[in-house]
This record gives sequence, structure tokens and C-alpha cells, in this order.
Amino acid sequence: MSEITAEQVAHLANLARIDLSPEEITRLTAELGQIVDSVAKVAEVATPDVPATSHPMPLTNVFRADVVVPSLSVEEALSGSTDRDGDKFRVPAILDEE
Amino acid sequence: MTDLTRLSAADLSILLTSGAVSSVEATQAHLDHIAAVDTDVHAFLHVAGASALAAAAAVDAQRAAGAVLGPLAGVPIAIKDVLATRDMPSTAGSKILEGWIPPYDATVVRLVREAGLIPLGKTNMDEFAMGSSTEFSAYGPTHNPWDLDRIPGGSGGGSAAAVSAFEAPLALGSDTGGSIRQPAAVTGSVGVKPTYGGVSRYGAIALASSLDQVGPVSRTVYDAALLHDVLSGHDPLDSTSLTDRWPSMAAAAIAGRVDGALTGVRIGVVKELSGPGFQPGVLQRFNETLAMLVAAGAEIEEVSAPSFEYAVAAYYLILPAEASSNLARFDSVRFGIRVDPEEGPLTSERVMAATRDAGFGPEVKRRIILGTYALSAGYYDAYYGSAQKVRTLIQRDFDAAFEKVDVLLSPSAPTTAFKFGEKMDDPMAMYLNDVTTIPANLAGIPGMSLPMGLAPEDGLPVGLQVMAPAKQDARLYTFGAAVEQLLEAHWGHTLLSLAPKLAPTEMFASEGGAV
Repeated sequence: MSEITAEQVAHLANLARIDLSPEEITRLTAELGQIVDSVAKVAEVATPDVPATSHPMPLTNVFRADVVVPSLSVEEALSGSTDRDGDKFRVPAILDEE
Repeated sequence: MTDLTRLSAADLSILLTSGAVSSVEATQAHLDHIAAVDTDVHAFLHVAGASALAAAAAVDAQRAAGAVLGPLAGVPIAIKDVLATRDMPSTAGSKILEGWIPPYDATVVRLVREAGLIPLGKTNMDEFAMGSSTEFSAYGPTHNPWDLDRIPGGSGGGSAAAVSAFEAPLALGSDTGGSIRQPAAVTGSVGVKPTYGGVSRYGAIALASSLDQVGPVSRTVYDAALLHDVLSGHDPLDSTSLTDRWPSMAAAAIAGRVDGALTGVRIGVVKELSGPGFQPGVLQRFNETLAMLVAAGAEIEEVSAPSFEYAVAAYYLILPAEASSNLARFDSVRFGIRVDPEEGPLTSERVMAATRDAGFGPEVKRRIILGTYALSAGYYDAYYGSAQKVRTLIQRDFDAAFEKVDVLLSPSAPTTAFKFGEKMDDPMAMYLNDVTTIPANLAGIPGMSLPMGLAPEDGLPVGLQVMAPAKQDARLYTFGAAVEQLLEAHWGHTLLSLAPKLAPTEMFASEGGAV
């Protein structure tokens, strides 16, 4: 069995910025343990001599000419926001007071 | 009067080109059929209605003015909700994007519009394409037109159900681990995952960027080819887009209908993708199809791909890892809903966490947490690093196989459509649905699913998966069209003609005065 604990899941949820309920953490701890046990088998064949593949069709140096092309207008860019201040996104406080 | 909804896109195109039928008539016929059956099927999250008819009228006007139009001009199409559309909500099946209307079109949507196709609406899907059944859609599941108590596959169950319920002749899908091919298999339709980079991903709401690929969904191989020709090509807005020039897939499909197209074709059967764990009726139809291919002159050889055993495990590390990064953009600021925490100070971090808790469903949370775990310090090498090595081994297995054979075959899915709820409480059982389709995504090669019969034990569709080397998408169409022709000649009809006729819902029937 894997060693995943509820504390660990709570920490991961915090890193992932998801405010999970205690019930969700309990359920996910059990599920994650099962899933990790199943997927850990990748280590059986991943020997040091095998190179990693991050991308199926590797491309390098994908550039375009440095010219201005049409882009979203300010109104378009802001059209999906829940809060705005003039031409800017308005966000809650970035820093906690503590 | 011909029922315009029963025609293939190619046949409808002939009527449109000759002027026998207008695009407005064709579009209205499909909208009427959607109104009649989609309460039961629920393939659509949004139906375009008036804007579809306006687009159709514009194509009719162009045609009347003598404009030279592409082969699919005026043909209706359904669009998977993972694709950004500037005139329709684009939610990817998630509450977190409820009501979001993007300020731009996905490149494939732009290409479809430019080719004169008529977007009918947006199709249902598992939330952010995470699932194999559409049961993880935040807006309720889509029902399989063959049996409304069963799943239509996923994540693109809406697109597959839309074409197999004759609500649209064509649809757009996206395939990260089988989301085009597995729904095609369980609904008796056709779906193609192109070579990675062959079709632009710009404007496809990202799940796992190194695996995602947009592709065509249809009822015939030739229709898929016609749509593939519209979609493929280099897009500077997608830095993983290939600059290759692609041959005509439609021409490739036509080449498959010539007598003798199967003679001497070397077929590899992947030993690891047709054994224990597969439903008997699926294997029976697969073996019968192989026998017909031999009789038609093809040569069959069994090939072994030992690393495929590790494909699902590698996939469920790579996908969650990439998804956890991609979904970090849902931060309550730029798009989507915002939910403030019930108590405590309103900081960006706390608003983001409350929003993501309220906006994401259980499977999305599960995969984000799994991906965050796989990428965390101390586990990275053992999990994500090892999974990337498995990816290399799977590519090597494919390379070795394609040195000996032209195409690889397997069943598209291990079982026929299962009942709602059967696998909801067992994530690993759900993940194993994609055992057949995942290897192609990990390697970047193209794959197709086409119908090969009904399983004797349950009378539900079974799909044949065809895989070809990277960039050899045209080979899929030639071979797929040949197999389709062979099977339909044997049956004497198309598979979808056997699908039960869907009854119009009472509300629609009473409007029409039928009850």
C-alpha cells in the first residue's frame, strides 16, 4: 500500500488551491492510495538507460517573425472577468494581513 | 421527401451543391430533429438555433451568387464544448466555466466556419475531458442512442451521440486518451485522432497538452476524411503544430474503395490489446473482421508490444501532471465563476480555493490532486519521470511493429457501452476503459475507430481501432474506407441503420399535433 495520508492530501489541496471539505479529503486519501498503487508499476521498466519522452513529436526553436499582429481588444480581454476596474482586472488582496 | 438528417455529409453536399436542397432546409431539419430527440439523448449543452439558420442563409446566398464553395459548405456540424466559440458558451462540461463566451474562436472552429459548415451547437462531455462516459459532465450525462440507459463513451460522448442519433452528420471531438475513438466505438460511429500536431490545438481548452488532439467525428470514413481536410494544417498560434503539408484524406478514403485495396496490406494484431479482460462478443467480432480481411487478401501477423502493459499507468501520471498545471488558470479572475469563501478575509488565494472547490467536480479534483502529487519534490523521479520513460518504450514498441506491418488493429474498446453508474465508484475500473486507445496518444500516432458489428450478447456496437505510423493519417483513411466497404457489403447495410428509432419527446410531439 502507498503511504498517502490525509495530512498529505490536505497539503496537496492547499498547493492546488482547492478548498476541500474534510469528507472529500477522507475519500480522496483512500482513492489516491489505490490509484498510486496501480500507477507505481511504471518504475518497474523505467531503467536508467531509457531516455524520457516529454513530447510525442518534438519540435525545436518554434519562432515567429517579431511583428505586431492583431490581438484581443481590452474589452474582449476583460469580457470574461467577474470584476473589473476600468480597463483592468480587479482582484482581491494579494497578501494576507497576517 | 428525403429525410435530410439521415444523409451522410458527402450525400448532403451533393444535394446542396446541385441546389436541390438549401443549407437553411438542411440546418432546419437538423434543428427540428435535435428538438425532437435531444431531451432524451442530451448530446447538446447549447443549440445555436437562429445563428445556425443565419449562417446557413449566408452560405445559400453565396452559392446563389455563384461563389465557389468547399465540399462541406452548408453542411451542419456539432462542436465539442471543449472548443472556444465566440458566439456560444464554452464550458468544457464544467461549472467553473458556466456561461463563459470566449472572445475568440478556436482555430478549428474558425476553419470550419471558413469552409462554410454550419455550427449547430456545443456538445456535452466529461468535465475538462476527464472521463470515459460523460457521467462526469457538470450538466448531466449524455445517453447512448442505442440504449438510453447506457453511456455514450467519453469524454466526447456528446459529439458521438449527436452523429449516431442523426442530430448532426459531423462533429468535432478531442482525443487525449481515446475521447474520440472510444465514444465512436460504443455508439457505432466513426472517429479519428490525427497525428499529434496535425490539427491545431489553439482554442481547445487544454487538458494534457502533450496528448490532446482535435479530430473529426462522423458516421462514415469518407465524411471524417472530408472534415479532416478542413481541419489539418499548420497554425502559428499553436507552437506544437506541424508544418508538414498533408495529402488529401478524402482522396485517400476514395482510394480505399477500389477493388483490391486490401490485397497485400500487412496487418499487425497487437497481442496485448485483444486478450483477457475483453468482452467475448467484442473479441468475436474482431476475429471475424480479421478473417474477412484475410479473405480480402490482407496478411495478418501478431505483434507484441510488451510496454503497452504500462501505458495506462504512465498515462494516469502524465495526464494528471499536465492537467494540474493547465487547470491552474482557473483562478476566478479572468474567466469563469467566482465564489467567495463563507468566512475569513477575502484574499486572492482564498477566493481562488473557494472558487475551485465549488467549480470543479470530483474527477477533476481527483486528477488535480494526483497530478500535484506526481509532480511534487521527492516523487517526481519515481512517478512522472518514470512515466516519461515508459512513453519512450511505447514509441519503440510502435516503431518495431511498424517495421513489419502497415497498420495495427485492435478492438477500439474492451467492452460495449456499459450502464450508467457501473464504474462511477471505481476510478481504476473507469481508467481501464482506455487501455486500447491510450498507447496512440502517448506515442503521438494517428488512430481511427469504425464500427465492426454488434456484440452478440447485448446487441450493442463494437468498434475496430486502426493505428498507423506518425504522419501516415492518410493510410488510416484508405484502410478504414476499405474495411467499411467490406463490412457493409457483408451486412447489406450500415451499422447505424440498425440503431433503434428514437421517439420524439411528448413536448415536441404535442407541438406537432401528433398527440
